[in-house]
Parts: sequence; structure tokens; C-alpha cells
Amino acid sequence: MNDMKSERSNDNGAITEDVVRYVAKLSRLSFSDEDVAKYKKQIGEILGYITQLNEVDTADTQPTSHVLPSMKNVFREDLVKTSLSPDKALSNAPDKQGDFFRVPRVI
Amino acid sequence: MDTLTSSGIKGFREWIKKANKSIGDFTGIFVDRAKDMDREIKGFIEIDKKSIVSRAEQNKCQTDGRLWGIPIGIKDNICIEGELTTCASRILQGFRPPYNATVIEKLTSNGAVLFARANMDEFAFGSSCETSCYGPTKNPHDLSRIPGGSSGGSVAIVASGQVAAALGSDTGGSIRQPASMCGVVGLKPTYGRVSRYGLIAFASSLDQIGPITRNVTDSAEMLEIIAGYDEKDSTSVNIEVPKYVNALKKDINGMTIGVPKEYFIDGIEKDVLENIQAAIKTLKSMGAKIVDVSLPHTKYAVSCYYIIAPAEASSNLARYDGVHYGYRSKNAADLVEMYTASRTEGFGQESKRRILLGTYSLSSGYYDAYYLKAQKVRTKISDDFKKVFSVCDCVVTPTSPTTAFKIGERMDDPLQMYLSDIFTISANMAGIPAISVPCGKDKKGLPVGIQFMAKPFAEETLFNVAYAFEQGV
Repeated sequence: MNDMKSERSNDNGAITEDVVRYVAKLSRLSFSDEDVAKYKKQIGEILGYITQLNEVDTADTQPTSHVLPSMKNVFREDLVKTSLSPDKALSNAPDKQGDFFRVPRVI
Repeated sequence: MDTLTSSGIKGFREWIKKANKSIGDFTGIFVDRAKDMDREIKGFIEIDKKSIVSRAEQNKCQTDGRLWGIPIGIKDNICIEGELTTCASRILQGFRPPYNATVIEKLTSNGAVLFARANMDEFAFGSSCETSCYGPTKNPHDLSRIPGGSSGGSVAIVASGQVAAALGSDTGGSIRQPASMCGVVGLKPTYGRVSRYGLIAFASSLDQIGPITRNVTDSAEMLEIIAGYDEKDSTSVNIEVPKYVNALKKDINGMTIGVPKEYFIDGIEKDVLENIQAAIKTLKSMGAKIVDVSLPHTKYAVSCYYIIAPAEASSNLARYDGVHYGYRSKNAADLVEMYTASRTEGFGQESKRRILLGTYSLSSGYYDAYYLKAQKVRTKISDDFKKVFSVCDCVVTPTSPTTAFKIGERMDDPLQMYLSDIFTISANMAGIPAISVPCGKDKKGLPVGIQFMAKPFAEETLFNVAYAFEQGV
């Protein structure tokens, strides 16, 4: 844990309350000032710990987005198959009208 | 009913045979029994007797089905058509999937009786089962302690014998870590071995469904049933499913087992370390060749994981916006306000923390420093395993550095909580199979787990060594 403490003071890990608010907005979440302060601290600590990745030399390393060596697009025959009925697709809708999902006004 | 508690699928199968009752009748008995046993443990979010019994009665599988009548617990993130499936989150309140997960189809076509709604950390975000919006599950071995997580409910109901076996999901240890803490067997299959269709996504490049069982034999039997290629999951792999039960051999003579030094570090509880070291001696005495190996990037696995998993999670959780299903806030005047209010009111704290973390590491300006860097370190972690598996058949490690901790102990320190998955995360990063098997108890009487990992699609090696170990101790 001592290592972690020293890394937490590293600038790389520090984030500001404005950054938390900005990322919250991107995430469509809203927070009280108190929550913003809490997340700033917690996420700052986690990011501080994560800066240890900088120790690893990855100059010649390819990134792994997926572990399967043979990942490729999978196509199927273009055949008509049964899909969900509108009733079933709408069965969980919080609000609906006819065959549509209903939402509050957009503009 | 006593043998039911301890002997897994076989015990339930024999009880059913002897009872000579209709499937509806004995399922009703199993449900009442589970309800009674679960009163304090709270492994289930709820137990819907009517629904469980009527599903059992409607199942067209004949009595010779491999799991005919056997009660199997299902984690609350695996879709069962028409059954509440909520990931223990308010944001999926009331959600009843319009289709079955592929694993659910496979279980029912083999005659299993589904016990839905095993509790979990919200969206599988957690290592203690405490972030469920329905409250925590308790460890059956000590009700003041957590069962581990995120599949804490699935594991607790198997450990207490309420069901014969259960399905969980494992993204960074969510099957193995709780299995270790509750003294049962938990398997994370190779990535691509089991279809993820109908598993509500957390981190799509890491998630796998796997069995939680009382013994290694049941684990092999369950995997044989749920594994296989599925055209509905393009990441499932088209490799024939072996007869895993044939791999259950007591003989490990000549097997080479690696002991990676990076897994035997400060911070492991003394009792855990002693049990694992004794187990390694046992394996040696059974004829295994024990070799020292090194997985040098192990210490970066947690960092790597807490970039990649939240990044994928923040994308996967973007779909919860109050439009199509689940919770919608009434406190909104327009569409964007509705999205924001629904998400803010619907997600719990840990989900929000991970969405923030993931969105941050994917956002412009930080992507290269965090996400891309983590993906590169992930390659290093996988390469470590490739090297090691060229000299040994499997590696052995503790599953978790500690036994079950107290409820509430780590809730305010997310980093400390994240570090409890330090030994399980690497298998997900590399996509390799791993199994946790009971390995005695500590001085407090709490279960310890031992983990075996092998190369991709070498589940048979795991069943062989795990079975030999289980039978040998």
C-alpha cells in the first residue's frame, strides 16, 4: 500500500471536480456537489493506482481488444426468420402508444 | 432431506427417484425448503414458487433428461423469458426478457428446474455481493460475512444446499472468488466456450457464464451441458464439446503444475498461504511434477482490468436510458432530462463509479494514456501465460488472498475492494479457463479456495487435476 500512496501524488492520477462534472454529463448522470467531491477523491485514487501501468514498456506491443485469435465478422444466410412481435418488443416499455415507444418531448 | 444439502446433483437425483412424486409436487417441496433455508442467507432476491413449479410442469423434457427435475439457481443477469431479470439493479426494475439465454435453453432441454433470481452485485460490479439494490447476501459459513461476489447469491444457495448447482458469470473472478469464500467449486470456462447470448453484458471481452457446484464432477457435467458454439453469439467458438466427465480421473502422475511466484506475495493471509502450500505438497505426493514459474505482469492485472472492464461497462450500460425497458424517472420535462434522471435514480453508487471511470478512460485526450495502454499490457499478461503453458500443463494459485471479510468492511474503499480480485482477474484478461476448488478452512473456520488455470480450451486438464485434488484430500 505504500507504493500506492506515492503513486497517488503523481499528477497523472489527479482529476478535478470539473472533469468529474464533464464526464458525468457525457454519461448522462447528475451529481450533488457532495457526490462530485466524493467521486473526485475515489476516482483519483483509482487512477493514481493505475498509473503503475506506465512502468511497463509497451513500445513494441500490439493492443489486445479481444482474446480470440480468429475473431472475424460472422455472417448468416440472408433468410427471413421470425423476430419479436411488436407486442413482445413493447412488453417492457415504460410508456408506449400504438406500436411505438413513447418518450417526453425532444425539443 | 439431509443428503440433499451436501451431495449436489447426485443427491437431488437420488432423492427424486426415491420420492416417486410428480415433478410439480417435488419441485414445490424443493421451493419450500429453499425458502426456509434462505431466510437469513438471502441468496435469492425472491423465490417465486408459482412460476418455478409451473415452468417445471410445462417442461417437455422426458424423465431421462440429464438434469430432469434438478433445481438449478440462475444469477439475476441471465435472461429467462417472462421471468424478472434485473441484474440486482433498480434501473432494470420490472424487466421481463422476451427471450431465453442460450444456456437457459440448454438447461431446460435437459430437464433442469430453474430457480431464478440469485442475488448479485449490481450489474456484477463488486466482489462482495453488497452492491445489490436488494441488499447483501450472507455467507452461509458465517452470517456476519460477505459470500464474495459478484455471483454471491448463486454461490450461497449452492453452499447451503438450497439448489443442486447454479450458474454465475465471471468477468474478473465473480464465480471463482465467491466459490472460494463459500467452500464450493466455481469454474470460469475459456472465453468463447459458453454462449453469452442472453447474459446481460458487463464487459463483453471478459464475461463468461460458468457453473457453481458442490463438487468437480457436477462442474464437468454442467459445463458439458452449457458449452458449445451458438450462432447467436459471434464470440462463441466452434470447437467440439468434449465429454468432460471422462476427464474426471484421479491420476495426475506426470502432470506438470506451475507455481507462479507472483501469486505468493505479502498480503495473503497466513492461513490461506499455509493451506495452499500444503495442497501443493499433496499434489506432489500424488505424482505431479511441481515447477516454479513466473508470470511477471501479474501485478498489473488489477490496473489493467479497472481500465478495460469499466470502459466496456460504460458502453454496455449506455443502453439503460429509460426508453425501452426498466426504470423511467417521472422527474423530467424533456428527453435528455429523462435519460439523466432515469440513470441517476436507477443506478447504484458502484455502477455510477464504474460508468464515470470507463467514460473518462475512453474520453478524448485520455484514450491513449489509459485504454490503449491497458490493452497493450493485456497482451503482455496473455503472453506471460503462453510462455508458462509451454512448460507446464496448468498453474496453481490461491483463488483469493483472504477468506470472507465482514459485511461493510470494504464498502467505503473501492480500491481495497478491487484488490480482492487480484488472483482471479488475469484469467479473464487472457481468456483462459480457471477453476476454484475448496482447500480446507482457516482458523476461523472459513473456507479457503485453490485455483487452477490452464491454456485455452484445456478445461479437461482442470477437471483432471481438480478432481484428483478433491478426491485426494
